[in-house]
Amino acid sequence: MARFDSLLDACGGTPLVGLPRLSPSSDVRLWAKLEDRNPTGSVKDRPAVWMIRAAEAAGQIRPGDTILEPTSGNTGIALAMVAKLRGYRLVCVMPENVSAERIQLLRMYGAEIIFSPAAGGSNVAVAMARQIATEHPDWVMLNQYANEGNARAHYETTGPELLRDLPTITHFVAGLGTTGTLMGVGRFLREKVEGIEIVAAEPRYGELVYGLRNIDEGYVPELYDATVLTRRFSVGTRDAVLRTRQLVEVEGLFVGFSTGAVLHAALAVAHEAAKAGKRADVAFVVADGGWKYLSTGAYGGTLSDAEGALDGQLWA
Amino acid sequence: MAIEVRVPTILRSYTDGQRAVEAAGDTIAELLTDLDAKFPGLRARLITDDGALHRFVNVYVNDEDVRFLGALDAKLGDGDTVTILPAVAGGAVAGGAVAGGAAALS
Repeated sequence: MARFDSLLDACGGTPLVGLPRLSPSSDVRLWAKLEDRNPTGSVKDRPAVWMIRAAEAAGQIRPGDTILEPTSGNTGIALAMVAKLRGYRLVCVMPENVSAERIQLLRMYGAEIIFSPAAGGSNVAVAMARQIATEHPDWVMLNQYANEGNARAHYETTGPELLRDLPTITHFVAGLGTTGTLMGVGRFLREKVEGIEIVAAEPRYGELVYGLRNIDEGYVPELYDATVLTRRFSVGTRDAVLRTRQLVEVEGLFVGFSTGAVLHAALAVAHEAAKAGKRADVAFVVADGGWKYLSTGAYGGTLSDAEGALDGQLWA
Repeated sequence: MAIEVRVPTILRSYTDGQRAVEAAGDTIAELLTDLDAKFPGLRARLITDDGALHRFVNVYVNDEDVRFLGALDAKLGDGDTVTILPAVAGGAVAGGAVAGGAAALS
């Protein structure tokens, strides 16, 4: 069935695609879950639809209300589409160092943007949004970092889709941001698949992004539960760019840089399994396509040029 | 046994401004003790009074989070790289560094 009553109903049900050229062997296979095939082109459509529907069901919001959200891009774009179709006003708080395409897309969907300083990244946006929320008590902040609906969307949809399409799954790999994808899919697969490995790939940005603030002021998303994960990798800009290029060159998949970081971790666990002589089916999430990042210039030129172009940017 | 330790900007006041320093140890715990002998006060910024890794600090051995490798008991080998980073949400420390700080850094 490929017919839907509205764009909102076309969320999820994304393809799982084998990557025979990148897979280490016929016993150790890599699979890409193409979340860029969602209505606004990213995995964030799932939590956006889920969080708004849950808030409506709980009587927290009704059409005409204003939704406020700190977001570095994809969640904002997803929320903007849902808000437009459901009749909400959306105000996004986002760091000024995100790509130009994200800003254009948000404005096109009719969202209003408040910029937060580049240094300090998403967490500054979160802090600023909290401040704005206190000034506008009638606005609703869904807060993807703490909203159970974010992880629930993946527990109810992404997880079951993966198990249905790949019953022999041994590893699930995804990017770690709000932690919603890993928490939701991770919990679901842990309940269903014995010995499943839940692997996080965390982007490691340029130094600017980490700011100069005290370590005591750090932030771990409320959704994060370390017991759901089995391993967690930190992937630097250079490796993320390298893998992003490799994916389009070898398998024809054009993805955003966060997916390059995820592939880097997926290849690491796949090659470990191959070396140990174990069978493995490694599924990883393609969070979005590369379109929104073309203006960075990081798809061409040398790796060092690309690294320089992305330095100081929130590329995931 | 030489281990390269990468130090985040906010902790370089302890390492005379060095981004990377060398230290030794068979485990993370030993490495931090050795580091503290060379750069007094650094360990206390990473470890809580209970002797656990600070909640807002992430330590990686060759890009893998040590919390999933035995935490402070995580094993180290010659030539390993240890990276210390502040905990981030979707890519950044909380609290709000000012824009002026960005210019100074870049």
